[in-house]
Amino acid sequence: MATLKDATAIVGIGQTPFAKQLPESEKALACRAIVAALEDAGIAPSEVDGFASYTMEETDEVEVAKAIGAGDVTFFSKIGYGGGGSCATVGHLASAIATGQANVGIAWRSRKRGSGPRPWKNTAVQLPTPGQWTRPFGLLRPADEIGLLARRYMHEYGATRDHLFNVALACRNRANQNPAAMMYERPMTRDSYMTSRWISDPLCLFDNCLETDGALACVIVSAERARDCRQKPVYVHSAAQGLPAQHHGMVNYWNDDPLTGPAWTAARHLWKQADFGPEDVDVAQIYDAFTPLIPLSLEGYGFCGRGEGASYTEGGALEIGGRLPINTSGGGLSEAYVHGFNLITEGVKQLRGVSTAQVPNAATCLVTAGEGVPTSAILLRS
Amino acid sequence: MLQPVIDDDGAPFWEYAAEGELRIQECTSCNELRFPPRPCCPHCQSFESDWRLMSGRARIWSYVFPHPPLLPEYAEMAPYNAVVVELADAPQIRLVGNVVAEAGARLDSVDPGKLRIGARVQVVFAEVEGMTVPQWLLERP
Repeated sequence: MATLKDATAIVGIGQTPFAKQLPESEKALACRAIVAALEDAGIAPSEVDGFASYTMEETDEVEVAKAIGAGDVTFFSKIGYGGGGSCATVGHLASAIATGQANVGIAWRSRKRGSGPRPWKNTAVQLPTPGQWTRPFGLLRPADEIGLLARRYMHEYGATRDHLFNVALACRNRANQNPAAMMYERPMTRDSYMTSRWISDPLCLFDNCLETDGALACVIVSAERARDCRQKPVYVHSAAQGLPAQHHGMVNYWNDDPLTGPAWTAARHLWKQADFGPEDVDVAQIYDAFTPLIPLSLEGYGFCGRGEGASYTEGGALEIGGRLPINTSGGGLSEAYVHGFNLITEGVKQLRGVSTAQVPNAATCLVTAGEGVPTSAILLRS
Repeated sequence: MLQPVIDDDGAPFWEYAAEGELRIQECTSCNELRFPPRPCCPHCQSFESDWRLMSGRARIWSYVFPHPPLLPEYAEMAPYNAVVVELADAPQIRLVGNVVAEAGARLDSVDPGKLRIGARVQVVFAEVEGMTVPQWLLERP
């Protein structure tokens, strides 16, 4: 059987500044990130023949391709479920390139979530199935939906707000090392966390990701082509998507075990294809729209057992020098929230050895997409 | 307040609610309950279903207290409670709702300190802006 293992590599990354408000359009930001990624790779835009992004991306391939001067495009794909699609953009392109459907693929995400509208306010889109079972009761936002799972998780496993603080602090500490991060100059203390305002009790302000304007992109080519590129190749070692049996999306209250989610499904497939396991991961970029997604993902991807994700965060485990340094750019909680694409580019930086919070000799990195929705993940290696 | 946007699968639930009955979709072939409603049974793939009457007794499975930013009518009541309850008759069936002081009361009508996971509740039905929705009363307020 054909395999994706190390068949392709990320050879270019690009990003715009991150801010609460940027003046340019999402389309212009997308083009800037993509052109920067191609420049980083040393590949001409006219060679681009593959694209992948999210269904929520509002700039389509036609607009991007004609603006950057792409060639004839032979593969294009959009992945659903918001931030659950992030790593699948890379996964789909890796599949396409490994099977000869394209040669130079661009994955990207551009979003003005900082200055633009909040999706949950668009009730015309949000109310139909399954919204009829949740929205009228004031369960309006992703923070409310995840808050319900978080409270149940805390009840079942004895997790506390201090565990969620450990997650928020690790991300903030890394952002404080990263001049591009929105929270670069904003340290966090336990007191500032515990006294911040509620968003959806049990989740406070700092349990929620940032609202960001910004765009990112990466370039994917075959492993053979990667050896001739400008940058050290970062190989796509394994890629997986996950939609578990009887899963219900972010309102996953209606199956036998709501506290396991898509991470478990993606993880099984991800590790099955890999030459290494969770214990061999040097650094992880774990999707952090909300702090409780980290303990859930730590369990799902096999770094600890069921119910152990919260206690795993103790003793600085998620910090540089800890058992598993995570979100080393600051992540969605403290660098920028662009549907998790900055987690992919940060994984590449770690394996190039150029992160602002470099894990010494990092050679393997797990990147995950949103837990709690149909998701995806990739393993990167240098 | 937001009204449920009802689809073909969900319509019977809301029609029974308007008559003051809590009913859950049941496969007439294998008798498995399923929620949310859907066209065919995930266990036996039968497209035939009926709606089984529930006692309306339940326990709180989890809850949140949303704070702003929220849609305006909800922000005006915040912090209010939103809960998931598991039905006593079928604990694998859970419903999102609100615990209120009495049928039709505001979503912030119960002291937040009264809510805990496992607390017993009973369904009541209330008309909210022309639409009958289930709400939940604490058995021991």
